[in-house]
Amino acid sequence: MNNLSIIVSNISRNYDSVKALDDVSFEVPRGELFGFIGPDGAGKTTLFRILATLVLPDKGTASVEGFDVVKDFKKIRKILGYMPGRFSLYMDLSVEENLSFYATIFGTTIKENYDLIKDIYRQIEPFKKRMAGQLSGGMKQKLALCCALIHKPAVIFLDEPTTGVDAVSRMEFWEMLRRLKESNITIMVSTPYMDEASLCDRVALIQDGKIMKISRPEEIIADYRYQLWAVRSGRFFELLSDLHAYPGVHSVHAFGQSAHVAFNKSALLMDDLRRHLIHAGYADVVIEEIRPAIEDCFMELMSQ
Amino acid sequence: MNTILFIIQKEFIQVFRNRMMLPIIFVVPFVQLLILVHAATFEMKNIKVSVIDLDMSSSSRKMISKFQGSPFFIIKNTSFSDKEAQQEMKKGNVDMILHIPYGFERKLVKENSAKVQVVINAINGASAGLISAYSMMIILDFNRELLVDFLSPATLASTQNINVTTSYWYNPKLNYKTYMVPGILCLLVTIIAFLLSGMNIVREKEIGTIEQINVTPIRKVQFIAGKLLPFWIIALFELAFGLIIGKLLFSIPIIGSLWLIFLSAAVYIFVILGFGLLISTMTNTQQQSMLVSFFFMVIFILMSGLFTSIESMPVWAQNLDRINPIAYFIRIMRMVMLKGSNFYDIQESFYSLVVYALAIISFAVWRYRKVT
Repeated sequence: MNNLSIIVSNISRNYDSVKALDDVSFEVPRGELFGFIGPDGAGKTTLFRILATLVLPDKGTASVEGFDVVKDFKKIRKILGYMPGRFSLYMDLSVEENLSFYATIFGTTIKENYDLIKDIYRQIEPFKKRMAGQLSGGMKQKLALCCALIHKPAVIFLDEPTTGVDAVSRMEFWEMLRRLKESNITIMVSTPYMDEASLCDRVALIQDGKIMKISRPEEIIADYRYQLWAVRSGRFFELLSDLHAYPGVHSVHAFGQSAHVAFNKSALLMDDLRRHLIHAGYADVVIEEIRPAIEDCFMELMSQ
Repeated sequence: MNTILFIIQKEFIQVFRNRMMLPIIFVVPFVQLLILVHAATFEMKNIKVSVIDLDMSSSSRKMISKFQGSPFFIIKNTSFSDKEAQQEMKKGNVDMILHIPYGFERKLVKENSAKVQVVINAINGASAGLISAYSMMIILDFNRELLVDFLSPATLASTQNINVTTSYWYNPKLNYKTYMVPGILCLLVTIIAFLLSGMNIVREKEIGTIEQINVTPIRKVQFIAGKLLPFWIIALFELAFGLIIGKLLFSIPIIGSLWLIFLSAAVYIFVILGFGLLISTMTNTQQQSMLVSFFFMVIFILMSGLFTSIESMPVWAQNLDRINPIAYFIRIMRMVMLKGSNFYDIQESFYSLVVYALAIISFAVWRYRKVT
């Protein structure tokens, strides 16, 4: 028995004339935390739905834990935990009722698999009599994760679990995923937030239905070819276009309050640029050298 | 099997947590029976008449007093002008104009025949027919009395009339309530079952919970059974509740067997639930489902024989009614409740419903897809 949990080969799926997925292939070993990063409409949800046996691929094959997603869908549904992007538990049932409903339809009980969800469920247990519709965004996600885990699945698919959740809850959520890995569950998660990529074992960058790159987050950063400066000034939007026009600059992206300027190594001198900018009227300009973060790498990959 | 029970349990929790649900289940049958049975009546009373008596003779007065004496008519005004009477009808103050021309009595005596004119407001065709029938009866009665007055007893004996007496079976007093209540109970059950089932699966689609259900090992037959059975139980309960109200408050006759009523209802509700289910597999939002359900329901109700009799519909419509489940059920309900029919009498309608239920539920199950 090989160690691969998810195998996807040459999957394509169209919606009418729109190519949602175009010849996608990848493999995920058992117990890995595998992330999908990409903008909205990149095809993440379609891919998740194919692997969750909800959508049939037009072309190609895929298997989860050795079961084909088309032929053995019944077997997959027994070992799969799926958390759709949209909150999809019963709003008019309480936390406890939701959880025990999902436990019973998998032929198990909350007690039986309590160990697996203990850490997560403890956080929402004080509210177990509350209707799911009245929970906060972060708590809804925790409940959804509990429901996806209650039957002790071998693989879980989490489609944008942190979208619309506050920053603290997001970090907590990722912390929970890292802990789940210890139970040897394969976790596939998608997110539009690039900063979350560094928390995965491996990430795939997906855009327009194609996978641009699959790599470990450290490797993606190591592969970054350009040098980076962060430039800050009061007149931010003019600064972006002026930087773009400066000869030798490869790309400029806005990151919060600063502009990240990428250029070929040693093509620019910091003093030259500072002088140029001060001359152009940016008296308060601050430039400093920075190390590339995963966002810089993705911006670069996506502009290719 | 356990899975189905868990789904049913979940549905019941949700149904009773819905704040509108209990009022709908208990108040609707009460109000419907109360309003429809008392207000929606075919009987005509207090028909307002405008009289134009240009003859002013004893015969014309006799005829007018006959109208006055009838419980159906009220003489609203008298005048000598056609125009004035027509104005009154235009304003909606009178429903009928009785016009007795000048020389009415003289013609009667001399020529043995005379004419009166009856003008009826026929905006409502059904009531115009009734007004016409009532006034004909009064005029005929007047005619018969004239014969007694004018002809000698000898001739009268030779023109011996055939006297027709009518008796109405199964509803001897032609009580409108007796006729309406079984049909209204059918509607009650239909509306509850149709709308609830039609909305239910679509609701799961709309709020996205069906995604999560679809990736579980629940088989679609289990899921659908778990979805239909709660509403089947609620609809049967509703029928029982309606029958109790009908019996206690309207003292409707229930001549036939209650078991037969519930057996037929049990099958019939499956047909309606199947219809609702089919609609919910074809629509994506509750609004769509509601519109489609209404479309079918209105047609089915209008053609069900509740308000108009099926026998007087054109042949194509009668043939079309073969696919109208409400028509079958109303027929069964009326036969069993009013006539005391036994199973043998209703078996044709009953088996039609059985076939219908099997066909529509299998079709709906086949249409329901967990995968796209």
